[in-house]
Amino acid sequence: MAKRTVEVELSTTGLDAQGRPQRVPILTDDGGGGLALQAPPGIEPDLEGEHMLINLGPQHPATHGVLRLVLELDGETVVRCIPHIGYLHCGFEKIGEYRQYNQIICWTDREDYLNSIGNNVAFSLGAERLFGIEITERCKVLRVIASELSRIMSHLVWLGTFCIDIGAFTPFLWAFQRREEIYRLLEKWVGARLTTTATRVGGMAADIPSGWMDGLRQFIRTFPHTLDEIDRVLTKNAIWVGRTVGLGVMTPEEAINWGLSGPMLRASGVDYDVRKDFPYLDYETYDFEVPVGTNGDVYDRYLVRFEELRQSIRILQQAAERLPDGPVNIDDPRIILPPKSKATSEMESMIHHFKVVMEGPRPPIGESYFAVESPKGEKGYYMVSDGTAKPVRWRIRPPSFVNLAAIPKMVEGHLLSDVIAINASIDIVMGEIDR
Amino acid sequence: MNRFELVQTGASAPGGEPTTQKNVSHRGEPANPSAEALQSKFGASIRRVEVIWGETVVYVDAAAVHNVIQWLKDDPSQRYDFLSDVTAVEYRDADAPIEVVWHLRSLPFRRFLRVKSQLPKGKPLEIDSVYDVYRAADWLERECYDMFGIRFRGHPDLRRILMWESYREGYPLRKDFPLRGRFSRSEQLRQALAQNPEARYSMEELSIADAFAELPQEMRDRLGKGERTGE
Repeated sequence: MAKRTVEVELSTTGLDAQGRPQRVPILTDDGGGGLALQAPPGIEPDLEGEHMLINLGPQHPATHGVLRLVLELDGETVVRCIPHIGYLHCGFEKIGEYRQYNQIICWTDREDYLNSIGNNVAFSLGAERLFGIEITERCKVLRVIASELSRIMSHLVWLGTFCIDIGAFTPFLWAFQRREEIYRLLEKWVGARLTTTATRVGGMAADIPSGWMDGLRQFIRTFPHTLDEIDRVLTKNAIWVGRTVGLGVMTPEEAINWGLSGPMLRASGVDYDVRKDFPYLDYETYDFEVPVGTNGDVYDRYLVRFEELRQSIRILQQAAERLPDGPVNIDDPRIILPPKSKATSEMESMIHHFKVVMEGPRPPIGESYFAVESPKGEKGYYMVSDGTAKPVRWRIRPPSFVNLAAIPKMVEGHLLSDVIAINASIDIVMGEIDR
Repeated sequence: MNRFELVQTGASAPGGEPTTQKNVSHRGEPANPSAEALQSKFGASIRRVEVIWGETVVYVDAAAVHNVIQWLKDDPSQRYDFLSDVTAVEYRDADAPIEVVWHLRSLPFRRFLRVKSQLPKGKPLEIDSVYDVYRAADWLERECYDMFGIRFRGHPDLRRILMWESYREGYPLRKDFPLRGRFSRSEQLRQALAQNPEARYSMEELSIADAFAELPQEMRDRLGKGERTGE
């Protein structure tokens, strides 16, 4: 094979005695104790003191959705950052006031769409507290499986897009390949991939089909290999470390005061995880640990999320072992639809079916705030009931909304190219931020 | 490069191991100890305390709410250092007051508290901002203002956040706001497209906008008409 050469032209003034490109000092002694700008021959002098506006987004692949950042730059350094959001505002909370509780579940798919089944679980848990319902043991374990699969999916998307933003393409493909397997599992279970609407108040839309657990076990067995591969490629990679360490640092006190939650908070060294500190779904009985960072920079956020993937696999393993037999839905005809066979053959079941569909289940007067540990952070659903079938107020506490609010603090003083890395490390989903 | 550790959280806080709440009754669960402390500290400013589904709700006078939240954060026996949420509730009953709701967490003591303040209808909806206590309140209060029209006194940058700045239809989450908006779909679309947010924000907010007066007249005219810069 013939040897190929490529000629490149270096825009330097020449080569020194060792054959390296010559370096010309840009700043020279001005003779009076200060430094003066000296433009090397052939290179234009820097424009000093004039700030520049850069509009990053709303249509930009690295802003992960329709986020607009107005950046004021001094050279390449960010002096000021003003985020603008709301391009995807759909009024989910307003619509929820006109819907029955079970009808709201499909809206929760669409806010944080990378974590749709996790949102379904979170909303149902909140509604069940409002109704005063205790769900069955099998339902609890199924919901743990759903939440952790959802966490893995969301973190895989974050990992893949984070790699793309920093310039690594291969791990993106590995991550999305494994994510596809989870989507296939979900499709077998509930019939949908992204917009799952998998739960109901008091249970699940469907029990898992036969043979489904084998697919899950195979995923649990093979997934750690992918993690090891990505780990080998990224974690000690000099470029990766160079692009992430020391960026966007939040101290523990700042992180708490700015209301950060989830991996963003834990990377700063605060060991707050809703699953551990305010447990739900019997998370206190699972053996898993919470990764906590020390520096609160982009690299620590990467490490924390990466370890969360491994811990989720541990939880999935335990859940797969302990999944009990029994009913998935609670036995209450005022809340849960009767089986189709009974609804078409028994008078009473038909009436219950009619009432649940047409009137909807009614919670007592009251309110509840239920928070879960979503992949992005503390996701809370606050519901207020006046005793009718539709909530007076349905509020989403969006973790990435509050996390994104800290981006001006994190990017100011860094370079423009670091804004992309810092923004990717927040793990935002605009659907959740704008709602 | 192993710069992080694995920890078991929750174990260090007083009050034993946390567990999943089970069989919580609608009313009558024991209240959060902070409620009693608040009543003895602030007296009549604490209107009433309720426990709903195991969650303690403290109704506070609108005038005292900033002091109460500041005390909850600073007092060493309370230490509510994490502001989860700021929002508001308007009831379907037109005479019922609008409630502003703060969800507070104490990470050291693993406690959760809901603080509420009622703003009667027919008066200006105004309440003190807790921006100086928690920076997390920044966007949360802006959203609450955007959706309900509640003015948070002392917030340094209280402007709309999800809707655009010149949105004139009102406050979307108020009960008198129709689900489909006040105008027809075509009119709403026309108004939305007539906005030029990029010209609007960049010139008014950023420091180089101070140089606006020095721009050539022709460029100022173009910017004034909403044209984008740099085109």
